[in-house]
Amino acid sequence: MRNTITHGREYLETTLNQTLSQGNKIFVPYVMAGDGGLDQLIPNLKFLSEEGATAIELGIPFSDPVADGPTIQEAGKRALEQNVTLKSVIELLKQERYQIDAPIIFMTYINPIFKYGIENFIKDAQEAGVDGLIIPDLPFEQQVLISNHLNEAGIALIQLVSLTSSKKRIKQLAEASQGFTYAITVNGITGARSNFAKDLEAHLSQLQEFSSAPVLAGFGISSPEHVEQMGNMADGVIVGSKIIELLQDNDTDSIKRLIESSKAK
Amino acid sequence: MAGPKIYFKREDLNHTGAHKINNTIGQALLAERMGKKKVVAETGAGQHGVATATVCALLNLECIIFMGAEDIRRQKLNVFRMELLGARVESVDQGSATLKDAVNEALRYWVTNVEDTHYIMGSVLGPHPFPKMVRDFQSIIGKETKTQLLEKEHKLPDAVVACVGGGSNAMGMFYPFIEDHDVKLYGVEAAGSGVNTERHAATLTKGSVGILHGSMMYLLQSEAGQIQEAHSISAGLDYPGVGPEHSHLKDIERVQYSSVTDEEALEAFQLLSKTEGIIPALESSHAVAEAVKIAQTMSKEESLVICLSGRGDKDVESVKDALNQ
Ligand SMILES: Cc1ncc(COP(=O)(O)O)c(C=O)c1O
Repeated sequence: MRNTITHGREYLETTLNQTLSQGNKIFVPYVMAGDGGLDQLIPNLKFLSEEGATAIELGIPFSDPVADGPTIQEAGKRALEQNVTLKSVIELLKQERYQIDAPIIFMTYINPIFKYGIENFIKDAQEAGVDGLIIPDLPFEQQVLISNHLNEAGIALIQLVSLTSSKKRIKQLAEASQGFTYAITVNGITGARSNFAKDLEAHLSQLQEFSSAPVLAGFGISSPEHVEQMGNMADGVIVGSKIIELLQDNDTDSIKRLIESSKAK
Repeated sequence: MAGPKIYFKREDLNHTGAHKINNTIGQALLAERMGKKKVVAETGAGQHGVATATVCALLNLECIIFMGAEDIRRQKLNVFRMELLGARVESVDQGSATLKDAVNEALRYWVTNVEDTHYIMGSVLGPHPFPKMVRDFQSIIGKETKTQLLEKEHKLPDAVVACVGGGSNAMGMFYPFIEDHDVKLYGVEAAGSGVNTERHAATLTKGSVGILHGSMMYLLQSEAGQIQEAHSISAGLDYPGVGPEHSHLKDIERVQYSSVTDEEALEAFQLLSKTEGIIPALESSHAVAEAVKIAQTMSKEESLVICLSGRGDKDVESVKDALNQ
């Protein structure tokens, strides 16, 4: 029997808070939809969800991914070569979403949504069981383009906060964020890193102060040590480029270890 | 002979040979004022890169220029010029390896180095306030045109023609004339091999509204919202979008936008060289080609201004190749 979860902001927030109340940290892996072929997507999502990912960020491939480093750029290119589109991902999820428990957050640049038609997109995303959205190239001031429709549909719009944002801006973004607040841990684009800025801790604790939603650290996080280090400063992590590399290498053990490192000892 | 009086706005006579320097001087001074030590920029034809490297040399700012690998091949001489001026030129292999990909890489570099780096956007593109800022720095073109024409003709021009890549020379030329409704404004895009082929850069003629690099504008894009490659014989017009303000001026029908093929631009390049002794940039040749058509509909009491956005020295080699084919 198909389950009867009502997807959206509420489901995302409940799931994240449950994880935290169990004493675990939140772990959100990023996968590029259609990397390795669209048939690979549901098995990958299922694997991550069953192994304990709290929620999953699902990247939609785009021709000009300005926020992304080489690993995610290449993954997107592979997906585009397979003719994967926002529409084909949504159609697949409409059929198969029930197999995956974890909340799903689309990470997509704004143009594919805009071209789809904003109202059509939101209607279809709702039917596909999308719980949240991250749109890295839609500035806060321009979010009215989509935010009213999203609120009506009950889909979370997640805010990205950069290291260089002023205190006023941080407050504004953290207060507006739904589901969780996405704290970018480096100046720059996605991609594995070896270390982080010294003032990161102060930045994250300020964010925690302003944000009623959990604060997740992302960009550059690539080892169980990073996951634990960030776990001491934030409510959890988002891991992108590293997960993409490990999925490509079929290294499921390393993925399990990464997820495990977010759980209470 | 019938036909209007034709004037050229000689941006080709600027230092570094194109209008681009109007904008880079303004923005480099801002960078200095903000205390930034480094400047990053994208370039297509290399004209904006050369103009940026030039002001950076003058103001002692470190300069990094991103340029598509395909454009590096087409504009070797400008690459050497930038290096001579002390800039580091980074080759971009992603996507179509042309201007939009260079913008992507320059934006990525900028967010990574934002503490000490200013991004000098080269056209009326990108996130606010770039389109407005670049327009304002380039509006000297239109202001000078207006003053000088009033001196010579004691009236405003009847028609003004400029080429449109991202749209900075055209925006700078048009802006002071927007409220002068008797002045007809013509923007000319690159039709490449023809607007009914897959190889063109005629964004306003053939594109649809979308969002890229922080602007909502007409874009060449697929049904799924993926950005498509633009094509033109002139590297400076090879961008799949066009400034948001041009998109607006098209929608309110204040400016008439048309397009000119590679072949027509090549003819105009030779025509101006032979008749006036001015070798125009291939970009500007698009404006010249359209102006020839417009002039045929005008009377001898009227006047027409062509924005000669740059000189053609950088294009001589590729024109020679194209004509030998
Ligand atoms: C001489 C010249 N004209 C025009 C352009 C097109 O740019 P824009 O449309 O911003 O004026 C370029 C760009 O490199 C150029 O070098």
